[in-house]
Amino acid sequence: MIEIIPHGTIIDFLKYRRVTAIVSIVLIVLGMAFVAIRGINFGIDFAGGSLVHVRFAKETDTDAVRAAVSDSALASVDIQKLGGGGDEYLVRVPGTSDGHEDVTKQITSNLATAFGADGVEILRVESVGPRVGESLRERAILAVAFATLMMGIYIWARFEWRFGIGAGVALAHDVLLTTAALVVFGYEFDLTIVAALLSVVGYSVNDTVVISDRIRENMARDRRANMHELVNRSINETLSRTILTTGTTLFVVLALYLLGGTVINGFAFTLLVGFIVGTYSTVFIAGSVVLYFEERYPAAGRKVA
Amino acid sequence: MNQRSILYRALLALGLILLAGVYLLPSLVSPLPGWLSFLEDKKVSLGLDLQGGTHLILSVDIDQAVRSYVDVNAEQLRRDLREEGVAGPQVRRSGDTTATVSVPEASAETLQTVLDERFPAFATSSTNTTDGRVVRELTLVAEEISRVKESAVDQSLETIRNRIDQFGVSEPVIQRQGEADILVQLPGIQDPDRAKDLIGRTAVLEFKLVRDPSGAAYSAGDQALPAGTQVLYELQKNEVGERGRGAAMLVESRTLMTGDVIVDARVRPGELPNSRIVSIDMNSRGARLFEEITGENVNRQLAIILDDTVYSAPRIQERIPGGRAIITGSFTADEARDLAIVLRTGALPAPVSIAEERTVGPTLGADSIRRGFTSFVVGGVLVLVFMAFYYRFAGVLADLALVLNVLFMVAMLAAFGATLTLPGIAGIVLTLGMAVDANVLINERIREELRLGKTARAAIEAGYDRALPAILDSNITTFLSGVILFQFGSGPIKGFAVTLCIGLVSSVFTAVVLTRLVYDYRLSRGTLKTVSI
Repeated sequence: MIEIIPHGTIIDFLKYRRVTAIVSIVLIVLGMAFVAIRGINFGIDFAGGSLVHVRFAKETDTDAVRAAVSDSALASVDIQKLGGGGDEYLVRVPGTSDGHEDVTKQITSNLATAFGADGVEILRVESVGPRVGESLRERAILAVAFATLMMGIYIWARFEWRFGIGAGVALAHDVLLTTAALVVFGYEFDLTIVAALLSVVGYSVNDTVVISDRIRENMARDRRANMHELVNRSINETLSRTILTTGTTLFVVLALYLLGGTVINGFAFTLLVGFIVGTYSTVFIAGSVVLYFEERYPAAGRKVA
Repeated sequence: MNQRSILYRALLALGLILLAGVYLLPSLVSPLPGWLSFLEDKKVSLGLDLQGGTHLILSVDIDQAVRSYVDVNAEQLRRDLREEGVAGPQVRRSGDTTATVSVPEASAETLQTVLDERFPAFATSSTNTTDGRVVRELTLVAEEISRVKESAVDQSLETIRNRIDQFGVSEPVIQRQGEADILVQLPGIQDPDRAKDLIGRTAVLEFKLVRDPSGAAYSAGDQALPAGTQVLYELQKNEVGERGRGAAMLVESRTLMTGDVIVDARVRPGELPNSRIVSIDMNSRGARLFEEITGENVNRQLAIILDDTVYSAPRIQERIPGGRAIITGSFTADEARDLAIVLRTGALPAPVSIAEERTVGPTLGADSIRRGFTSFVVGGVLVLVFMAFYYRFAGVLADLALVLNVLFMVAMLAAFGATLTLPGIAGIVLTLGMAVDANVLINERIREELRLGKTARAAIEAGYDRALPAILDSNITTFLSGVILFQFGSGPIKGFAVTLCIGLVSSVFTAVVLTRLVYDYRLSRGTLKTVSI
């Protein structure tokens, strides 16, 4: 039998719960401050605007592309080189109240004039009017809010309220840190990123459910146990599962991130960060929140100290 | 464990695998053998992001449709009043949904009768009498407003559908969305700009008399516009063939005839080599009208105007009977063909604008498929190898469950006729992660039970039983969120939600039910003394 975590290992994760709580809070505060200063870079899905994704036959650079695209009609153009080999660029123009239909045409014809029709290949064109952007934004917010609420209600109904709070805190922790990472690394928020964030939410809840389930089971089996020791034992008992599941999922996500190409890159990055943060919060945050509330508001007939 | 229960479950599993295989056939084999033809449309279709194509959301200007409707009715009312012998009736649109009519006091009763009998859609909101004239403010009633809006969108949808059909795109999607939007998806289209022009062109054809063929002085504002005239511009093309605004021309505002009399439009060779004209055939009413117009205006220039651009302004040589006119211009073959299509399919009842466009070129689509597939296979193989290495027999069993899981998912996507998109692939990856998790949870539990010294049978039973609540809880919560996402999400989020929900169902089935079946079978045969895990 191969074991990643030798049987009977007891690491006192909860001993560090003050330190990890502080680390998490500091990271979240820093991250949110960064988000507040830099602002979330909304993609055209939500902000409206136009985007042209091009590939050049010969190597070129951002300035050359900018020079080719810019003219009187296109005031503020954002040029971004995409990673992953190939000479691919994103040309973006922020939303305008009218004329967004013609913007993409203008960009493609400017590029064709500068680089020759054979020198540039138009891979993707997107254009979202301001009204559509607004409705997409609303629907995305609604979807995320309702999905999160629904999960909260389910956990609250299936477990005690302490676990509900634990799940809620772990979830907020994961989403906030992932969002901060997206902003720090300059990814833009679009519908695909929202879908990825929702996967992170699902994954985070999944992890928390597994830990909560084990704590609940141990509590039922051993009604006298020291709560600190019991929560810690539960985390340790599920530790090899946590590492194995995260590990295998990360294989797939890492493959997606490295090999998936430019379009899926932001999505894979979100999952990568979210799953790592999610695993951390499963081990260090979810359980200790349950313990925190158990110590202050113990369930009837349970000894805490 | 009961032998019969194992048999039933085995039959169920075999049946489902067989069914999945059948549903997968149309996606793998083409053409299908005749006896399977009922499955023809049960194919996993690739989303536009994977196969390339154009996705458009067109927004119909329904307020403009209402304004036009009021305009048309105001003009009709003026003509009707004059026919009834009312002297100098004045009718004009005064707001988006209102019109003002003014008649001499003596004709107040005639006005009342005409309004009651022929214009029930208008309600009088105010009446007053000044200087011997009755002035009534008319308002389009609310039901009529919504009916006009409704029919503007319906008609636009129909017109756009006809245009796309004649343009020739395979398997287009044309759907109404929300109050005034139309969703158009054109898979695998090569020239999206041309398609956009064709679909979005309002295509209002008008015939107007030319007052002054050189209207530069009027357009620059050097000379005041004579009453009842307007400045329009000729169609011009630059050296790369882009259409632009040409010379100004002064035409009379009055429209003599519109394109609604057209019954057919065709591309014909022009007089010059390699040139083309578009000929239009009119119905009998149009033919009579055209004969009248040309007869009355011999030697004048008649401007043929499409969407406020003058295409040509030929001089009328003689009265033209027969109801045929031609439109000239330096058309390319594509332009002439598209022009004939929009003339044949008629004008849109209201202007449409493109509210959202997403075009994926065929190379990127193919690239995304290839890369998505490669990363999926690389990641998947790593997981399979690891599981088999770590859990040995139990790992191989889990691998089998994972492979069957993918098979079931794709089969269900095919059965529901769902579309596979990039976010959909992401949904598959997430559910695979959760399927692995279910197997890991079960196997870790079995190991724990074995450590407590239980027999193989007891350890397996306890392992599955104890792991089940956590597996169900996590899958149900994710499933619930998937349902919500499907309900509220749009586009990519919906695609993600569909594969997520399908994947969760099949992963619980394969990870819990199928693997258990194998253990139960081996236990019942007595071949399982120690668990390889």
